[in-house]
Amino acid sequence: MEISMTLNGRKIKASIEPNTLLIDFVRAQKCFSVKRGCETTNCGLCTVILDGKPVLSCSILAARCNGKTVETLEGLQEEVAPFTKFLAEQGADQCGFCNPGYIVNFAALLRENPDPTDEEIDFYLSGNLCRCTGFESQRRAFRNYLNYKKEQEGAK
Amino acid sequence: MLKFKEYACPETLEEAYGLVQKKRNIVLGGMLWLKLQDRTVGTVIDLQKLGLDTITEDEENYYIGSYVTLRDLEIHEGLNAYTKGAIAHAVEHIIGIQFRNCATVGGSIFGRFGFSDVLTVFLALGAKVELYKNGIVSVEEFINFPRPLQDILVRIILPKNVDGAVYMSTRNSATDFPSLTCAVAKVSGEYRVSIGARPMLATLVTDEQGILKDGITKESAESFGEYVASKVTFGSNMIAKAEYRQKVCKVLVRRCLNEL
Repeated sequence: MEISMTLNGRKIKASIEPNTLLIDFVRAQKCFSVKRGCETTNCGLCTVILDGKPVLSCSILAARCNGKTVETLEGLQEEVAPFTKFLAEQGADQCGFCNPGYIVNFAALLRENPDPTDEEIDFYLSGNLCRCTGFESQRRAFRNYLNYKKEQEGAK
Repeated sequence: MLKFKEYACPETLEEAYGLVQKKRNIVLGGMLWLKLQDRTVGTVIDLQKLGLDTITEDEENYYIGSYVTLRDLEIHEGLNAYTKGAIAHAVEHIIGIQFRNCATVGGSIFGRFGFSDVLTVFLALGAKVELYKNGIVSVEEFINFPRPLQDILVRIILPKNVDGAVYMSTRNSATDFPSLTCAVAKVSGEYRVSIGARPMLATLVTDEQGILKDGITKESAESFGEYVASKVTFGSNMIAKAEYRQKVCKVLVRRCLNEL
């Protein structure tokens, strides 16, 4: 079947099998940041933004995304650049496997809520699992970034 | 793993209904639980073009389309003000935001899963379901409909006669399946308690003995908790034993009543 969508700002058309999952489709489009972690809808590693909302690409058919807008980490580079260095500073990417899902979902959180509390960050990111760090370093990194952003805005 | 050959995206309810008349075809819903099953079907049916993804209201009811996501339920201000946050509390522990942006309320209700937080809360709230051919029936009746049900769930109707609702659940770890779910609501003056993840389907208990007839006090809440725990049948599985669930049930009912 034929589908078309806007992937990372680029309009594309493709011929797919009906059972193609969105994760496999975007990887075939060279969006390799989107990865399989658990494949049981638990880990959040395959997170992409579909029509503005973070979703699990491992559990959505590409066919359902016909006519929609999909964003992966590849298309969010400019938006996420300010906070990824805070993750690196906190050593929050030990093995790094969970990072793309974390970053995309944190970007989605900031779109919904530009100034989240620590509780709101924990709540929003509860669908992203990290098996190296215990989540503390990610939380510190995001808090440091938000504090830095406030300082920058206050200095203007 | 779910295997299928065809994907259909009908543009009318009649077309969708025609497709589900073949027992090998199935409505996708959010496809989350469905995808994890080892199952081969003919055609998967996606209802996304039917406009069933909105929450509307009139003076008497809220109307929740079957393709409304759990996240939409969670953040809908009117619905949660009306149910005192009970609906948001019922879904907020389900995996994560990304999961809840995919999962549909129709998938949760139509699937009639024992572990369903969603079914538990709508059962206590006295909600109804509107099926394309079988018409409007209460959630209590719908639970016992035959399976597979070759009909289309159009929407959930939540009458505006709820005067307070509380939802609580227990889990062995955050975002896990619940070991017990409990919703308490006062609907048209009647106390309705729904207990789910028993691990069987949610079941309803009302105050047939008038334990709460003089209102909710520390003592009457305690007694009603004991009454509900004695009325409901519990089972054991890898998440919890029946005896544990029975003890937790008593406590959750009491806590919900005290918060009502």
